[in-house]
Parts: sequence; C-alpha cells; structure tokens
Amino acid sequence: MKKYETPLLDELEKGPWPSFVKEIKTAATKSEMANDELGQLEKSYRDKRGYWKHGGIVGVLGYGGGVIGRYSSLPEEFPGVAHFHTVRINQPSGMYYKTDSLRTILDLWDEYGSGLTNMHGSTGDMVLLGCRTEALEPLFAEVSSRGWDLGGSGSALRTPACCLGQSRCEWANIDTMDICNELTQTYQDYVHRPAWPYKFKFKIAGCAIDCVASIARADCSVIGTWKGKIAVDQDVVKDYAKAGMNITEEIVNMCPTGCMSYDGKELKIDDTNCSRCMHCISKMTKALRPTGEKGASILIGSKAPIVVGSLLSWVVVPFIKMEPPYTEFKALVEKMWDWWDDNAKPRERIGEVIEMKGMRSFLEAIGVPPQPQQVFEPRKDPFFFWKEEDLNGNK
Amino acid sequence: MAWLTDQEAKAKRKTDIGPPHYSKMLPPVITKNYGKWKYHEELTPGSMVHVAESGDKIYTVRVASPRILATANIRAMLDIADKYCDGYIRWTTRNNVEFMTSKEENVPLIKKAAEAAGYPAGGIGAGLSNMVHTQGWVHCHGAASDASGLVKAIMDEVFPYFNEKRLPAKTRLALACCVNMCGAVHCSDIAVVAIHRKVPTIDHDSVKNLCEIPTTVGACPTRAISPDPAKKSVKINADKCMYCGNCFTVCPPINIHNPEQDGVAIVVGGKVGSLRTGPKFSKLAIPYIKNNPPRWPEVVSAVKSIIDTYAKDARKHERVGEWVERIGWESFFKKTGIEFTYQHIDDFTFARDTFRTSAAFKW
Repeated sequence: MKKYETPLLDELEKGPWPSFVKEIKTAATKSEMANDELGQLEKSYRDKRGYWKHGGIVGVLGYGGGVIGRYSSLPEEFPGVAHFHTVRINQPSGMYYKTDSLRTILDLWDEYGSGLTNMHGSTGDMVLLGCRTEALEPLFAEVSSRGWDLGGSGSALRTPACCLGQSRCEWANIDTMDICNELTQTYQDYVHRPAWPYKFKFKIAGCAIDCVASIARADCSVIGTWKGKIAVDQDVVKDYAKAGMNITEEIVNMCPTGCMSYDGKELKIDDTNCSRCMHCISKMTKALRPTGEKGASILIGSKAPIVVGSLLSWVVVPFIKMEPPYTEFKALVEKMWDWWDDNAKPRERIGEVIEMKGMRSFLEAIGVPPQPQQVFEPRKDPFFFWKEEDLNGNK
Repeated sequence: MAWLTDQEAKAKRKTDIGPPHYSKMLPPVITKNYGKWKYHEELTPGSMVHVAESGDKIYTVRVASPRILATANIRAMLDIADKYCDGYIRWTTRNNVEFMTSKEENVPLIKKAAEAAGYPAGGIGAGLSNMVHTQGWVHCHGAASDASGLVKAIMDEVFPYFNEKRLPAKTRLALACCVNMCGAVHCSDIAVVAIHRKVPTIDHDSVKNLCEIPTTVGACPTRAISPDPAKKSVKINADKCMYCGNCFTVCPPINIHNPEQDGVAIVVGGKVGSLRTGPKFSKLAIPYIKNNPPRWPEVVSAVKSIIDTYAKDARKHERVGEWVERIGWESFFKKTGIEFTYQHIDDFTFARDTFRTSAAFKW
C-alpha cells in the first residue's frame, strides 16, 4: 500500500477531542480506499479545496435512492477513491443497536467498502462512506438479506428520524420511535423511489425541547404535547428549594407566560395560561409532570437556507392524537403530499410552496380550519382575499 | 469472505423491508420500563441516571465521537458495550455514543474504557455537546471549507466545557461546509458556516454538454443568471450574485471554488427548543475568516471568545440567543469586540423585519 506523508493532517491527531484523522488512518491500515482518502485529503488541506466531482447516478436495482454517487476528480493520482459512493443504511428508530447486529454491518462493510462510516449522517441514516459501483449490488444483497434496508436520498421521502422518546425519557408525550418506524415502513415506496418535486423529511420529537431539531429541519415536524394540567408534587418542590434552587429566579421569573407563583412554600401554576414550553418541567423534573390528554402538534415547512432563506416549521395542526396505526395523521400527510406535488416547481420544498400559494390554499387542501394557534398575530395589512363561499352567508 | 456473485446477489436481495424493528435493539431494562420513566438526574457532565416508576434505574455514560468512525474502532466500542452493557449501545442525534447499564458500579469502568479507546465522556447538561457537522473536504463536492478538521480544532480548544466546566445553559455548536447547511446549523447557539465570496467562473464549452440552461437559470435565487445564446451557455450578473453555489450544484462547469477567497462565517443565537422563548435562527456575528488549515486558529479563537463572553455575562438557564436578545445585539458586538460591518445588515429575503423601528437602543 502506498504510504502518504500527511504533515498537515497529523496536526489534527493532537489534542483531547477524538481525531477523525486517527479514524481514517485506522481504516487505511486495511483498505486502499481509505488510504487514498487520506492522501487526497492531505492534498485538500495543502491546496485549501476539495477534490470531489458531482455525484453521478448510481444505485441498486429498483431503487432510485439510498446511494449517493461520489467520484474523485483526481482518480489517477488517488485510484482508491475513483469511486467513493455513500451508502445510506436506514437506522433503527432511536439509534439503539444490539452489538451483534451492528457487527454484522461492520463485517460486510470491511469486505465491500472502505471501512469508514459516519455514525450517523445528518438525516439519521448510518452512513457507509466509500463504496465502488460494482460493490453496490452484492453489498445491498448481503445487507438486505440480514434485515437492513437503504435510507432515502434525492427527491424522495428521506429517512424519518426521531428522538429516543418514551424509551428513556420521562418527557415524551408520544411514542416517537414507534411513529418513526411506522412511517418508515408504511412509506417504503416513497423512501426508495423518488417521485416528488424535492425532498420531504419527517422528524418526530417527544416534547417541545425537540432533541431531534424537528422544528428546524423537517418538512413535517411532529412535536409531542399535552392538553391537561401540570401536576405539582409540593413535597419535591421543597426538596429542590432545600437543595439550593432559587425557585423564584430560576422557575417563576423565567416562565414566559408568567403563569407561575411561589410563596416559599407552594408552587402554583395557572394552567390556562401555560404555553407548555417545557422550561419548568425540564428544570424540576422530579416535581412537575404533564397530565391529561397526550398528542402532538404538527408543524410544516422547515428547511435550511438554500435557496431563498431558512424556514422554521409553522403550526398547522395544533393538536392531534397520535395512536397506532396513526390513520388520521397518515391521511393528513398524504393530502399534504398531493397538494405539494400539484403545486411545486422542481426543487421546491413544501414550505416554499405554502409561501408562494398562501397558507389558506394549503389549509383548505388538507382540510384543516383556521385557528389562532397557527399564527403569532393576525395580518397587519388590509389586503385579504374573499372567496365566493366566504361571501355567501356563514362567513 | 468472498463477494457474492451477481446471481447469488439477485437471489439473496430483499427490497422495501425498512430498518430492523427498534424493539430488537433495546436493552431489557428499557423494554421493561418503556413509557414509564419517572425522572432523571445528571450525575457528571458525562453520566446520568434515569429512574422508572418501577424503581428500575438505567445509567448512561455519554462519550464524544468524531462522527467519522472506522469499523475497527466501532468494534472497540461494541466490546465495551458487551463487557459492561449487556451488548447494547446507542448513538445520539448529535453523534455522541451512549453506553447504558443498570449497574452503577459500571459507570466509572465504562468511562475509563471509553477514554482509553480515545472517546472521552461528557456532553450532558449545561455545557457543550458534540459539534454537529457535515462532510467537508473528506467527501463533499461543494465544500467551501473542511468540516471535521475545524470541528477537531474547535473542540480541542473548548474541550473543558464538554467534560468538566459548566455554562449558563446547554450550548449547541454546529458546522456546515457550505450554505446548504446539512444539519441544524441555522438554529445553533454558535455555528460556523463555510462561504464563498467570488462570482463563479463558467467553462462555457462544458456548459452546453453538461447543463440544462433553464434549470441553471432557474436555480439562481437572485435572478443573476440569464441565458447566453451566442455561447450556448449562461452569463452571471456579478452585482446580483451572492455566491450561494446553487448554480454549481445543478451545473458543474460553473465553478464557485476559490481557495484564496473561500472561508467561514460565524453565526450565533439560534435554538430549536421552545423553552422560555421560541426557536430562533442563528444570526451573523462574523462575516468572514479565511481558511487556514490544518487548525484554523483564527476561527478557533473567535468561537472560544464568544463562548467565554457568554459564560461570563449570561444568566443561569439563558441560551446564547436569549442572552443576546436581553442585552441587545448592539451590546453583543460591544462586549465581544466583534466589528459590525455592511455584511451584518440583511439585504436578502427577510431584511425588512431586521431593521430597527424603535428609538430605544443602547450605546
């Protein structure tokens, strides 16, 4: 195997944080591919630029996604990375693994690819980094015959992702892992065969803390919430005070709606004014917990800045019950997809189409009535549309 | 192991089966107490305990990872999980690794074993967690900077806030190697985003073979691109281009890379949770720092300085964005000593909402 001098990358082996250079060098002891990745990367560090070409169309038979083509622009100098495709393996909900199960993937990846991975990619897939075109079919056969499948890429339903929810968190109002798995399984065709104007992402968070960043990077953000009161265990509140928590400063004064009061003995909550932001619950988790009806808020449209600016998701359905098999929710998103598909230009995300066509068009298409929870405030301008049905009597 | 032949592969392959069901991957104590957790406590910046209604406990040790992992090193992690965690492991949404056990006595042993393997514990609670990032020069065609190298250099410098020292609130760092921003970089407490600064050059001869003209024209958000019929190519109006690189994505012969001018911007004050104040986008703090590999010292010191200013000045539980909104952006620039430039004043799609319409502000 060729030995590359890597004086620049070697600098990134120093220091307390785990070094990606060490990882690449580890893989490079066994793989020519990883070794040439190391060599090309050193050149990038020297020249301050990348040496990858645009992805070509590569994949496995019958799928339009799950593999992203990647070729070096310097294949003669670095033949090991001439093909260096990405293979996305759909992660199990919550990213828990039985060690033997994960070892199966590692063994296959050592055989068919570079031995380098991302645990995990931004969308949530396990990413196998660096595969040659001719290895794709046999790798896929090996992986799929052992119960694993590819994730989404391109203008498809991207691999749904979730926080770990009720598996290990007391704050989850919905079973995020089950919802994530159920959506992934129900919509396999949409994951593997891109059929839309652009990508569509689901992220499911158990509460408004949103550990999966659903509100910032999912076309459809499902965020767990509740409708009842916050139960207060006053004895435990006293324990927090005894342990040194300044309840007035840290809890009452930081409540965004001013719905709490504390007289040194009892913590009171005016639940009708609570916006369920999770601050008090997250800081006094032993003393406070939501009660009553549990469900989710559905927010639509978030995305990164390309092309006309970032969007956060907008509240569309303030509350929906989320119980298996999630029939009502699925019917709702299928209506969303139809409307989006009918109205979008190529590479337009659903949030951008809502901006273009107006929220009313979207709400009417999916059968959701206007509600004040959908907006921070009503419009300021006097330019509003009237439709015939608004003029006729009941509106 | 020999590679499958085409025929074997065809016979073996399955499609549309989706991922394995998560229930096969859960430690028994989690299966038993699923949906019945009562509370949790942070024990150290690298460990916590969750307690179920049943009284069962599960201890979690969270450790750092560079996200790029070699199979051999993942195996070392799995060996630790076999030894102390009954053969289960998980990853977090920020690329940390979590080892879980019902035995409290295993916590220091896991920590020691993971640290010996090169993956130190930390990332829980009011401090820094792992820095979410993208592929960079390691694997992306569009990268305006590397990703992993910057993350390594930054995390080395601010490491004490990961494994030991505390901040007013949790602080989420992120890095994107171009403005596509894979990952929630646009809503992070402090994020680094790589940018271009020069109008792309066009290889006209290749455009006619490789690009669809209407798609390329349509890809430009500022309508800077128009057809150039004489050359069977396109032309770019330099006054309108803001270097987003979207044209390069749809038409490779339009080259946006410029090693001497590409670099990074630093944005601050974003968050995704609804706690106290709503989710926020990150806003521009520093418009440009040149690429200076392998350790980008200027970027590292800028990030460190913003974190230190926040640590000193913010109130308990206040995220970076909440702190800045309380003191005002004018105070943020004063306290951090960051220069305010034309680039800070928005002239893109959301500009209007950012101009001050009040006579109340601070000197």
